[in-house]
Amino acid sequence: MAIAPKKNIPELLFYSLTAVASFTVIIFIIGIIAVLLKESSLAIGKFGVVGFLTSTAWNPVTGMFGAATTIYGTFLTTGLALLFAIPTAIGIAIFVTEIAPNYLKAPIGIAIELLAAIPSIIYGMWGLFTLAPIMSKYIEPALQNSIGKLPLVGILFEGTPMGIDLLTASVILAIMIIPFTASIARDSFNLTPSVVKESAYAIGATKWEVVKNVVLPYSKLGVFGGVALSLGRALGETMAVAFVLGNSHKIATSLFDAASTITVSLANEFTEADSDIYLSSLYYLALVLFVMSFIILAIAKFFLLKAEKKYSR
Amino acid sequence: MKRILTIALLLTGLLSSNQAQAEEMLNGAGATFPYPVYSAWANEYNKITGIKLNYQSIGSGGGIKQITERTVDFGASDKPLKPEELAKANLIQFPAVIGGVVPVVNIAGIKAGELKLDSDTMCKIYMGEVKTWSDPKIKGMNPKLNLPDNAITVVHRSDGSGTTAIFTDYLSDVCPAWKEKVGAGTSVSWPAGIGGKGNEGVANYVQQQANSIGYVEFAYAKQNNLTHTVLKNHAGTFVEPSFASFEDAAATANFDPKKDFYLWLNDAPGKKSWPIAGATFILLGKEKKDSNIKVVKFFDWAFKNGDAKAKELVYVPLPKSLKAKVQAYWKANGIQ
Repeated sequence: MAIAPKKNIPELLFYSLTAVASFTVIIFIIGIIAVLLKESSLAIGKFGVVGFLTSTAWNPVTGMFGAATTIYGTFLTTGLALLFAIPTAIGIAIFVTEIAPNYLKAPIGIAIELLAAIPSIIYGMWGLFTLAPIMSKYIEPALQNSIGKLPLVGILFEGTPMGIDLLTASVILAIMIIPFTASIARDSFNLTPSVVKESAYAIGATKWEVVKNVVLPYSKLGVFGGVALSLGRALGETMAVAFVLGNSHKIATSLFDAASTITVSLANEFTEADSDIYLSSLYYLALVLFVMSFIILAIAKFFLLKAEKKYSR
Repeated sequence: MKRILTIALLLTGLLSSNQAQAEEMLNGAGATFPYPVYSAWANEYNKITGIKLNYQSIGSGGGIKQITERTVDFGASDKPLKPEELAKANLIQFPAVIGGVVPVVNIAGIKAGELKLDSDTMCKIYMGEVKTWSDPKIKGMNPKLNLPDNAITVVHRSDGSGTTAIFTDYLSDVCPAWKEKVGAGTSVSWPAGIGGKGNEGVANYVQQQANSIGYVEFAYAKQNNLTHTVLKNHAGTFVEPSFASFEDAAATANFDPKKDFYLWLNDAPGKKSWPIAGATFILLGKEKKDSNIKVVKFFDWAFKNGDAKAKELVYVPLPKSLKAKVQAYWKANGIQ
């Protein structure tokens, strides 16, 4: 930390510049919260907090609004997407780091990074024009005729498969977050000391045993971090699902039902919200999402810290 | 080094030419629906007069907000404001161009303009009460068509839009049950059907899903050759959606300058009128005389010279009689 007298001014400038940059972030966050609170105050006053969070009403004509359906949809699409994405992403990471021959590692790595670089609106349009018809014509009827016939889980596959539904949206979301989870998982797998791995091989462990008993436990933390990052991304993703979710404010019971998430409602309804209470309720939704993301990130951070402590011991 | 210099010179050139024109700029914001025609008119107007029009299509709600706060020279809205709302914000309002909404269907063997529907059937289909194409109500109107016994898939917009506002206002107008249970607005709580985002979303759905019905903007239906239906209008005749039937609706509807043209153009009384249409409106701040005169000059020019361009983009220009009313309204407000 000792600053040489000669460098004093540039160093000071450097410090203050970085400090200003960091504080700007905090100012932005506070500003955003302030704007959201101010704009949603009308809806907060009318519907309250619990009333808004638990109400399934969403009727712009009568001016009755609630967030329950969109919160439900947000959690459901995000959860399903993680369910599809995590195993795939970990599979990719294991293959790339442990199994693939060297000449395959680079192309697969680049492909994953390219997937992450595609703008989400492209996923949205692709979902609407390509994936949705495939889902409604082939995949969803096939699911209905197989798993849909089983008791208990059958209810998840009821209704006419339209392709614009929870399942399609979750699949698109999953494809979108796979690159994040996969590349972070890959990087953390790579951090496993090769000495440890080689020792395991030396005592006769198979590839599967090495991955299961050495690599995965060693890199749990990193994988968890990747999942948390994808979760944040999936929660806030808008354009990729705006086209294929149907923006229906109902509690969906089937994977083939249209639904809505907070971001999808905002994207679909913000421009034409023509009454004050309507606009204010949309701001209120945004505030709810903000708080939700904050809580989820906080929980993820808490677990990461806890794991880190346990790990460093 | 040389290249950098040329680029820098070019940039300064661009910037200075922009500055020269900056004072001759009209700012508008609002509805997305008329954006293509406003910008086409603005482009030609700029060539003739050098005046630039900067129109931001941020949505009708945003347009009303911006002009109420006077951050733009004019606002644009697909939704007419009531005279008392206008008075509250000290605004004046006039229609600029007409748009229509057209039901489109996808039924095997049925071509554009073959299927006839009336307002009550439209309402019951969207209420989810008429459930199959072979329903006696539909069959009765279409004795010659071979209508399937399949369930109707109802498609509506999932996003808030002026198109939905016009369509639901039409249903509320012609169907008391709809008015009571659902109502009209840019987005409503739909009793039946699935939602597609935008005209393209609805059209895509209708084309993918056999035995479906949806509603899209006239321009969208025409440009994409969708299978439109024929509708029974207020006077009891079956009409095709066309420039003529929209113009007839605008000419026979009672646009009243005394009410600042507040009117939903639905269910117009004319014999040849298409029943689902709406004007899109321009809003001006009453006290901003100087900029209002400039805005009105632009629309006056567009009324006189812009019809061909509008039709090319499949917008319906105001009929002559309505243009005259609007011009008289400008004069009465001292801005022309």
